[in-house]
Amino acid sequence: MSADRQTETVKEGADADATVNDIAFKIATVNGTGSASANGLLMKAIFRMGIPVSGKNLFPSNIQGLPTWYEIRVNGRGHTARTPDFDLMVAMNPATYAQDVVEVRSGGWLLHDSSWPLPRELHRDDVTVLGVPLAEMCNARFEGARTRILLKNIAYAGVLAALLEMDLKVIDQLLEETYGKKKKLLDANFEAVRMGHDWAREHLECPLPTSLEPMGETDGCILVDGNTAAALGCVYAGATVAGWYPITPSTSLIDAFKGFCDELRTDADGRNNVAIIQAEDELAAAGMVIGANWVGARGFTATSGPGISLMSEFIGLAYYAEIPGVFFNIQRTGPSTGMPTRTQQGDLMMCAYASHGDTKHICLYPSDPAESFDFAVRAFDLAERYQTPVFVVQDLDIGMNDWVVPEFAWDDAYRPDRGKVLTAQELEELDAYHRYLDKDGDGVAARTVPGVHPKGAFFTRGSGHDRYGRYTEDAAAYQDVMERLLDKVDGAVSVLPSPEIVGEENGATYGMITIGGCRGAVLEARERLRERGVAVDVLRVRGFPFPDDVEAFIRRHTRTFVVEQNRDAQLLGMLLLETDVHREHLASIRQYGGMPLSAGEVVNGVADWLKEWHGSDAPDVRGASTARTHRREA
Amino acid sequence: MSYITKPRVHHPALPTNSLGLTRRDYEGSMSTLCAGCGHDSITAAIIEAAWELELEPHMVAKLSGIGCSSKTPTYFLGKAHGFNSVHGRMPAIATGASAANRGLTYLGVSGDGDSLSIGIGQLCHAIRRNVNMLYVLENNGVYGLTKGQFSASADLGSTAKKGEVNRSEPIDPVLLALTLGCGFVARSFSGDKAQLIPLIKAGLAHDGFALIDVISPCVAFNDHQGSTKSYKYTRDHLEEAVAADFILPMAEITTSYEAGQGRTVEMHDGTRVRFRKVPEGYDPTDRDHAYAYLRDRAHVAEVPTGLLYIDTEDRAMHSVLGTVQTPLVDVGWDELCPGEDALAGIMERWR
Repeated sequence: MSADRQTETVKEGADADATVNDIAFKIATVNGTGSASANGLLMKAIFRMGIPVSGKNLFPSNIQGLPTWYEIRVNGRGHTARTPDFDLMVAMNPATYAQDVVEVRSGGWLLHDSSWPLPRELHRDDVTVLGVPLAEMCNARFEGARTRILLKNIAYAGVLAALLEMDLKVIDQLLEETYGKKKKLLDANFEAVRMGHDWAREHLECPLPTSLEPMGETDGCILVDGNTAAALGCVYAGATVAGWYPITPSTSLIDAFKGFCDELRTDADGRNNVAIIQAEDELAAAGMVIGANWVGARGFTATSGPGISLMSEFIGLAYYAEIPGVFFNIQRTGPSTGMPTRTQQGDLMMCAYASHGDTKHICLYPSDPAESFDFAVRAFDLAERYQTPVFVVQDLDIGMNDWVVPEFAWDDAYRPDRGKVLTAQELEELDAYHRYLDKDGDGVAARTVPGVHPKGAFFTRGSGHDRYGRYTEDAAAYQDVMERLLDKVDGAVSVLPSPEIVGEENGATYGMITIGGCRGAVLEARERLRERGVAVDVLRVRGFPFPDDVEAFIRRHTRTFVVEQNRDAQLLGMLLLETDVHREHLASIRQYGGMPLSAGEVVNGVADWLKEWHGSDAPDVRGASTARTHRREA
Repeated sequence: MSYITKPRVHHPALPTNSLGLTRRDYEGSMSTLCAGCGHDSITAAIIEAAWELELEPHMVAKLSGIGCSSKTPTYFLGKAHGFNSVHGRMPAIATGASAANRGLTYLGVSGDGDSLSIGIGQLCHAIRRNVNMLYVLENNGVYGLTKGQFSASADLGSTAKKGEVNRSEPIDPVLLALTLGCGFVARSFSGDKAQLIPLIKAGLAHDGFALIDVISPCVAFNDHQGSTKSYKYTRDHLEEAVAADFILPMAEITTSYEAGQGRTVEMHDGTRVRFRKVPEGYDPTDRDHAYAYLRDRAHVAEVPTGLLYIDTEDRAMHSVLGTVQTPLVDVGWDELCPGEDALAGIMERWR
């Protein structure tokens, strides 16, 4: 057991290292071999046992043949951020044996297919090697190369079920739900699970000292990914037009939206109450969103960083001409093509200030799929209320991985906030309509929708215009509009989701500001630091522009760590740009290599800063990370 | 440009259409284009066509990109909703707008730079997607606002004002549209209002993407000797092969065409388009024939004008998308939001 891992309970009579519901295991397979079903099965089974769990799918930008990994962390205390310390490695891909073996913690286990002799690179004195003849068994029982490969994965799921003492009934039930009436397939899956399970029970010491026990911690929860959640949010928000272009990792959001619309948005004659248009590129996708919103629909797009780059010209138009629009940016690693299947928070600045000239955009930063759903709905309200593009800036880790989150709530009394849109009646009563005239002094001028009333017609343009909507090249008239736009977007702060603050009753010396999917690792790190005598208050920003609370939080603390996943400390930069705090009050902790953040990385970041500030007087907060040690040796 | 302010007061005897609107009601603000610009004639034709079609101005969405041509929506239908978007990207705006509200009439105006260089992808895909709109391409072979660079429609060997010779092959929007499956392809000349007005009317009535390529000489940068888009060159080489007259279902507009010379094609909504001066054997509903004919005429430097191809059974975007007849902007909330009970059911899948 790594020294910095929390022990939930110790089983009576078991050895001192025995833990329950605290395990991290990693499955190394080959892309396109059906391992996703086996991994998903394991995740869901643990979820149904009521134990907090997370799964991180580390897949290549490839369809078939390259290495892929799935990391599952189970933690009874709810700490499900990624951890690099694996108790158990399921090494099913010979191509990655060498790198997989070093990721097992000292004293951990390594499961391999013993149909072949143990390869030399899998030897490690401090790790218990568990060999199971998976291929041999599958070849003996099943026919056909493809079937054998697929069922070999289900068989290792059976082995894990025995090793971790998982409930086979739960697994059977899940298989039934998946394969239902496909009796032959279902039976083969049952058999493969039993085969792995029974072999392990017979030949291995089961369960491992690190095992699972049912809990009730996932009651009232669901297991869902952020892209699916966001797509459902778009349906519930009443979005009727989606213009999009395929790009990893956002495509699954549109796929999910299509799926929901097929089910929920067709009328009795099978006609669609939605238009989903696959555009020729992201530029066109953005244009479609703007066109749809211009005529009064709720239109959106989902893309990733490269798409936002291409959409930037249109985003500026929407900002300046004041046309609503919702843009989901599922962030992958940049720059350029970067690593399309790896997570990052590298587009924070780009989204906040996208397009040439002076622009500033409302952004929402979900930290898990529950917020993805909620923020998707809010994004449409904000876009219409403030007549401006709104970004939902979501990490790939949230968008594409399954998370255990509380059930989504919905109030049937909800009606879209359309903002100031003049009705035919209101227009009829007006002497004259001027598009950009701010009558209420809140920076928001009433808009009209084409086709509603003759008096509502006006000329939308991205060129210089005055408050009446007329073309202008006059300095004062131009600035008048630009100043109002700034006030308008800053005014949105009052209705943006407020920051989440987790802090000490009397306030800690140190603050820590973070964003998005870093939440879990940061909160876990906060507990670890606390146990080692360093109290830290945490603030997570949920929206941009930042409210005054953020600056006040920084001022309340001697020093504030800013934890984020990009190279250039973009969140920290935005804090400096948008508040009056001084640089020396902020200390950056960054991890941006494409993997979800771990608590250990945050703790180490804090340790480095404490050492820099206090030298040898700095408290020792760093925990031994076995995986790291091994990595260095390797 | 002209400096004469338009009078605000109408002559009481101006003729009105059935909506009680005069032609003045279909005008816009004063043109800021160069005096004599071909684009202004097209603007005048659009005004006349819209008045004759009795369109309710506020039910028209007029959209454009960037360039001289894209300025013109300001000069017509002042009571319509206008959208001067970004360079070459008007088709995407029109696509999204049309997707959300199929109840409006969409009229896009673009130029050869906007459509055939920066925006050629968007033009192609709007055609492919068959967005229900009229797309008027005001084609002068030159970038006017940036003072005289060749555009992608400039003919091989034609010269710029300062003598530079164009060495690149031109892109012909009409041939392009035919290749892409466009269901309504026409070409006209800004100086031929009699031909242009019925073409615009037919294009607006067509259920699907209608392209009219209008040769529109640039008096400032492309009306010299050596230009193949000048007034003189166009008049000399224009061949009015397939002219059309547009006929509303309720009342046949008086035509000056002699019987026997024409051919009438009925459109989806009962309106009819009549061709005249159809050359021997020309079939405007035969795409391959239209293409071959245009290629053949191009070899002898002739510019056939008129309605060159029409597909009367065109399937517009909404038919492909399978959307409801009601414009999506008018679909009720109950149809859009599945509600709390449905949510409970959906979440069961994630347990």
